Amino acid sequence: MKARRVLQPIWFSSVLLPFLNRRVKDRFVGGAFFLITILPFAILLVVIVSLILRTQPILSAHSIGELLTGQKWYPLKGQFGFFPFIAGTFWVTFMALILAVPPCLLSAIYLSEYCRPRISAVAKPLLDLLAGIPSVVYGVWGMVAIVPLVQVFSSHVNKWLGFIPLFSKNNPTGYSILSGGIVLAVMITPFIIAVTCEVLRTVPDGTRLASLALGATKWQTIKYVVLPQTRSGIFAGVVFGASRALGETMAVLMVVGNVAKVPSSIFDPAYPLPALIANNYGEMMSIPLYDAALLGAALVLLIIVLFFNLISTIALRHIIGRSKI
Amino acid sequence: MEPHIQVRDLNVYYEKIHALKDIDLEIPRHQITVIMGPSGCGKTTLLKSLNRFLELNESTRMSGNILIDGEDIYALGVDVTEVRKKAGLLAQHPFPLPMSIYDNVAYGLRIHGMCPNGRSVDAKVQHYLLEAGLWEEVKDRLHFPATGLSVGQQQRLCLARGLAIEPEILLGDEPTSALDPISAQHIENRLMDLKNEYTIILVTHILRQAKRLADYVVFMYLGKVIESGLPGEIFDNPQEERTLAYLEGQF
Repeated sequence: MKARRVLQPIWFSSVLLPFLNRRVKDRFVGGAFFLITILPFAILLVVIVSLILRTQPILSAHSIGELLTGQKWYPLKGQFGFFPFIAGTFWVTFMALILAVPPCLLSAIYLSEYCRPRISAVAKPLLDLLAGIPSVVYGVWGMVAIVPLVQVFSSHVNKWLGFIPLFSKNNPTGYSILSGGIVLAVMITPFIIAVTCEVLRTVPDGTRLASLALGATKWQTIKYVVLPQTRSGIFAGVVFGASRALGETMAVLMVVGNVAKVPSSIFDPAYPLPALIANNYGEMMSIPLYDAALLGAALVLLIIVLFFNLISTIALRHIIGRSKI
Repeated sequence: MEPHIQVRDLNVYYEKIHALKDIDLEIPRHQITVIMGPSGCGKTTLLKSLNRFLELNESTRMSGNILIDGEDIYALGVDVTEVRKKAGLLAQHPFPLPMSIYDNVAYGLRIHGMCPNGRSVDAKVQHYLLEAGLWEEVKDRLHFPATGLSVGQQQRLCLARGLAIEPEILLGDEPTSALDPISAQHIENRLMDLKNEYTIILVTHILRQAKRLADYVVFMYLGKVIESGLPGEIFDNPQEERTLAYLEGQF
């Protein structure tokens, strides 16, 4: 045994290697790197296939349509409706986008078009730092800072605008879609700004100078020359932010209330898909079909996020491909 | 005749590099002034100081005055967009704006509000495309993207675009250096036609082009104006050793 362990490298280098000429070695190395590169895709495939397989029990008990549109979630009675969770996911994400996108676009335009290079050299790494904060920290911040604020704010809004269903307060706490949206908005801000800055940089300086040389102001140049050219890339950045928001789990479940009901107001609690899975998987697993239902929820979430990622990738490729011409 | 542009005691620094040193120049009206010199001598910097492009780079400092028609373009309260409207730029590489051929020419008219009623835009676009010698080639595809044109056509489009804002001065920063010989000749011919109406300042390092076009020559070296005068004097009888060395191709 011992001798063999020592001999193995010698056997490899003196016996096998001389038979492998350079081209064979090259192909071998290329093949190995290829295998390692496709591994992530293989893992994605395995995840999808295993989710589909484990979801089978509930799919044979209920139809897909029934699951996706079902409003009732009573695992003990065997009722598994995903609709409140899907709705909750989109409500919170949409809220976050409404809050995040306008300021993000403005600051990205400021950072890449207006400010001195020195300022953007400081601001961009700071934004990256923001992206690195663990999501549970955002969650705690949301609980201690945002939720109480929203609670007070919602009573005032309810007093004046309560007759509009979107702003009515049916929930005495601040744990709500608005709180989740605010926390998520802060979390996706660095991503949207980073992608937008990157996209704005695809516009050649010569094009900006051409517009300025004609006596255009900076704002005219941005409005008529830079932004029209980068519209699809900015859209990609927003969708990219959305797909991050859709899948965000920890920070959201800490502030969003987690009530399995379709929300109708921004002050209602919601129960997004990631929160459902994280809160419940591993508990009460003796309930029949519960495990399959939660994995079904995971599959739905995965499909939604993949779909959004796909859109943003296609839009980004479109603009980056064009800027190379 | 009173000069159109006067440069007085102009000094420009990039960070610590002294790019232009004590420039004093008088540029005649409605003639082609050619600025020549080896690369890095400050030709382009001088050109950029005339349409206030220098200030786009924050590390640039300058002192001195530049007067157009006797008015200091760097004085307080002068609208920089008005200066740039007066002094159009033809860059080294054509950068068509990301819009149609028609809109490229109409862009300047629109941002300056020069066509309050939309109808006259058509006529002006046609007029300036004709003036730039591009009309015949593009009249059937005015609403196609300008990026579909050849580089030579794009440069003529940039010329039309620059003319459309009705400048008094045309600044050319080696405008033919990225072009094939035929397109370059096209541009040169246009400039010859245009000099009756515009004061043209052309930066070039092509000696033969300078000889073909110049009514007035400025020779620069290492950030200084070495010599300036009529082409006959500069080319045939330079007073400075460095001018002679340059003309003989020593640098």
